[in-house]
Amino acid sequence: MKIIVAIKQVPERDARIRIDSAGKWIDLNDVEFTMNESDAYALEEALQLKEAHGGEVVVLSAGPERVGKTIREALAKGADRAIHIASEAEDELAGYDALGVAQLLAASIKGEQADLGQVDLILTGLQSDDLGLGQTGVILAELLGLPHATLILKIEKTEAGIKVLRELEDGWFQHLELPTPAVLTIQSGNSKLRYATLMGIKKAKLKEVRSVTVSNLKAESQETKFTAPVVILEHVKLPTKQRTTQILGGTPAEAAAKLVEKLQFEVRAL
Amino acid sequence: MSSVLVFLEIKNREGANAEVSRISWEAMAAGHALAESVGLPVDLALVAAPGNPIFEHLHGKRPRKVYAIDDPLLHAYTADGYAAACDQLIEHVNPSHVVFPHTYQVRDFAPALATRFGQVLISDVTGIEGGPEPVFVRQLLQGKLNATYRHTGTGPCFLSVQAGAFRADAAQSEETTLEPFLPKLEAAQIRVQPGEPFRASAQTVDLGSAQILVSVGRGIKEEANIAIVQELATALGAELAASRPICDAGWLPMERQVGSSGQTVAPKVYMAIGISGAIQHLVGMKGSQCIVAINKDENAPIFEVADYGIVGDLFEIVPALTAAVRKAKG
Repeated sequence: MKIIVAIKQVPERDARIRIDSAGKWIDLNDVEFTMNESDAYALEEALQLKEAHGGEVVVLSAGPERVGKTIREALAKGADRAIHIASEAEDELAGYDALGVAQLLAASIKGEQADLGQVDLILTGLQSDDLGLGQTGVILAELLGLPHATLILKIEKTEAGIKVLRELEDGWFQHLELPTPAVLTIQSGNSKLRYATLMGIKKAKLKEVRSVTVSNLKAESQETKFTAPVVILEHVKLPTKQRTTQILGGTPAEAAAKLVEKLQFEVRAL
Repeated sequence: MSSVLVFLEIKNREGANAEVSRISWEAMAAGHALAESVGLPVDLALVAAPGNPIFEHLHGKRPRKVYAIDDPLLHAYTADGYAAACDQLIEHVNPSHVVFPHTYQVRDFAPALATRFGQVLISDVTGIEGGPEPVFVRQLLQGKLNATYRHTGTGPCFLSVQAGAFRADAAQSEETTLEPFLPKLEAAQIRVQPGEPFRASAQTVDLGSAQILVSVGRGIKEEANIAIVQELATALGAELAASRPICDAGWLPMERQVGSSGQTVAPKVYMAIGISGAIQHLVGMKGSQCIVAINKDENAPIFEVADYGIVGDLFEIVPALTAAVRKAKG
């Protein structure tokens, strides 16, 4: 199986939140980055499929130079090679909407298919931990004319394609059968993520990372239509509190005593 | 442009207790607010045969029209079927805005639908700032940041609204027009074969009926540490609940999971211990009467919805709290 995994580099979960001077994103100074959680699970599924059925795992990621670190991490875990859609400035992709980013991914996947043959599966996480749009995979499927399924926990290869387990709401699940090639967005948590081994980290340094700039990709891609953004992020702000929180201070014992008093006499729940 | 078009979703489609989901009525309320600010009527759409009794139980302000989208190929949900059918209805109605509830099903097909119109779904909207050119608020970075989005495209604006973000309107009794809409679909368009939905295991815990829930998250660090939270729950006479990572790790069963992929609860007291409060968790519990948060990070989003908070090390606070509860209860 030839599997492409689209991964995104996002700020660490506990990154300090300060709004930048333009008021459109957080100040990225001193922010550490990591592989988006559900994308890490998508990579894990891809690596397990490759181990079971052979083939190749190609990692695809868009972003500035810093994204290279996350790509190397994926290669160290066992991906075979990578494509980096390199933005020249830190904020170059910030002006793109989800459709614009998916168009870039679609263009590079089409290029990959034209050069190196059929892709069987395209996997990505169900949503990013930073923007949380939860759409890139589905839009990508539509742009590539492929069937898709979202919130996938398990993938099995069948004669005709694949059988997947999809998570529904309220503890319900569903199996789906899809022909390949197909696009799947992967839900977090179903398998244990592997760590990169020392050997893996060593090998990763020798693996191929093909870097293409956003502008070159756009210029070279005849088939993909690139459109101007239709949805624009105007500004960000810190959320206003929905409730007034009374912070109960003091030592743990003092805070606990205060809370019990509130629960007894104000909430009347004890 | 003729209207604001709201898509409703049916829960338990196969069962006798099929009903329009609560989040759909909230989406409809958002649709009405939006329609008022742009000066257009509201139309509703629902995948169901026109004779379905569900149409007798429409809530909220009356829409101008209700479209019953009906075709045998839509009896089981598929993204291909729903996207194709909705595509045709949108072409027919020519709405200014298309509003969805932000459900797993909508997340599965609406982004593809929007793509067909060269548009992008503004997903998981928590607020609408009205006016002739409304802007939409959604959360970033797991709820730590709010962002305002504007639609600048020339086609319809697609949005989905977060559960609990809009208050569903009370039922009104005026008449509305029910109009069947029969899309042209072919079996070959449906590329995915869906299986019957199923439950992994029989539910044995009913979090919904508990007065007090003590809920544990990533901050607990290790499976063995859950015992201290269990002790607190026992002392309080509470049920134990958890956020997703705890159930994913297998430390507590899935049926104790609160959030968009687990249960939605609204107990008298919800105590969140070591839970940062990602949106997916908040939508499952923010309706609770009293929310208590214990977390080491004073900037954790859980404190935005909490009534009482203790900032500090849960490994010190939880045992102290258990002792204090025992003492109070004598």
